[in-house]
Amino acid sequence: MKVSYFPGCTLRTKAKQLDFYARRCAEILGVELCELENWQCCGGVFVSAKDEIASKLPSVRALAAARDAEQPLVTVCSACHNVIKQTNYAMQNDADFAAKVNCYMSQDPEPAVPYAGETQVYHYLELLRDVVGFDKIKEAVVKPLTGRKIAAYYGCLLLRPGKVMQMDDVENPVIMEDLIRALGAEPVIYARRNECCGGYVALEDPASAKKKSNAVSENAAAQGAELMVTACPLCKYNLVKNGSPVPVVYFTELLAEALGVKEDTYAE
Amino acid sequence: MLNKDERRKEQILRMSGVNPRKCMRCGKCSGTCPSYDEMEYHPHQFVYMVENGELDALMQSDSLYKCLSCFACVDRCPRGVEPAKLVEALRLTVIREKGANHMTPNDIPALVDEDMPQQALMSAMRKYAK
Repeated sequence: MKVSYFPGCTLRTKAKQLDFYARRCAEILGVELCELENWQCCGGVFVSAKDEIASKLPSVRALAAARDAEQPLVTVCSACHNVIKQTNYAMQNDADFAAKVNCYMSQDPEPAVPYAGETQVYHYLELLRDVVGFDKIKEAVVKPLTGRKIAAYYGCLLLRPGKVMQMDDVENPVIMEDLIRALGAEPVIYARRNECCGGYVALEDPASAKKKSNAVSENAAAQGAELMVTACPLCKYNLVKNGSPVPVVYFTELLAEALGVKEDTYAE
Repeated sequence: MLNKDERRKEQILRMSGVNPRKCMRCGKCSGTCPSYDEMEYHPHQFVYMVENGELDALMQSDSLYKCLSCFACVDRCPRGVEPAKLVEALRLTVIREKGANHMTPNDIPALVDEDMPQQALMSAMRKYAK
């Protein structure tokens, strides 16, 4: 199966492992990630104001390109996924917003056909669950992570707002725990797995981010986790920078390990 | 005819899509807010202060920049009020004024280390600057 792929800015720089192993594992699982040509940065956060138009155009261009390729659009970074899915939702549900966006887009050098939210957007985790299937992943595992106690960290961007993201139960998610089980490990459930790490506020108020990240990582450690997995480069940064007692890796690294393709080059 | 403050409130409500009158003042938004301790005005106060037209106090407060946009208050509100969207609309109303950016690209080098992901810089520029 071929899907359009939007890697995003951070996956090209500080989070290469997230991208590298997403591509490597997709190959093994029979999915071809076709990187969109000329993708533009999603902007990192979705600006919720209805009169913010220009900041959402990169996402709409990516969505329109995937539609024109007749493929679903896959992202692996929590932030890109959040921005693109929220933009898609706005294009589907806010006619005034969509009209303004399409008016801007008609000025592009090679304007796309007006976009109305036709593209199916998947986070890579959803691709694994809904397209590949966790059963098939379980069969593809060559090095089961038996006995490992692993805590999934959702943070805020993967699940919220729930009515838009439609990925999982916002307060009691299972998608990453189910993946961890499929890889042979034991998921660790802890209260703060869907609380915020402090996000971009780390830039101007590192103390605020430290407080939030430590509350998360200490909670995971207290519940017996030996490793945490995330899909978000900023979550990983905040947790690690603030001295998480538990190591933190991207979920794609864990998947690669179980599928037998983890390389030393990208080892933590 | 609306006066200036009423027009501004009208605009905040339109930008955010929030109806503060749906609020039943249970305080769950502030109870779940991870930045509660850092905020002068808390999510539930944003809701009723916008409703009362007390916009100046909110627009002058650093609380605008303490919101993490984590949407905990949005998803956990039993009435679907979505307080974070009010914070965003007020913050944008402030930084859209000429020269009112909360952070500029020139501030960035002093704030980053080599591990800081680009995602953080992009997000900060979206949130703090126009």
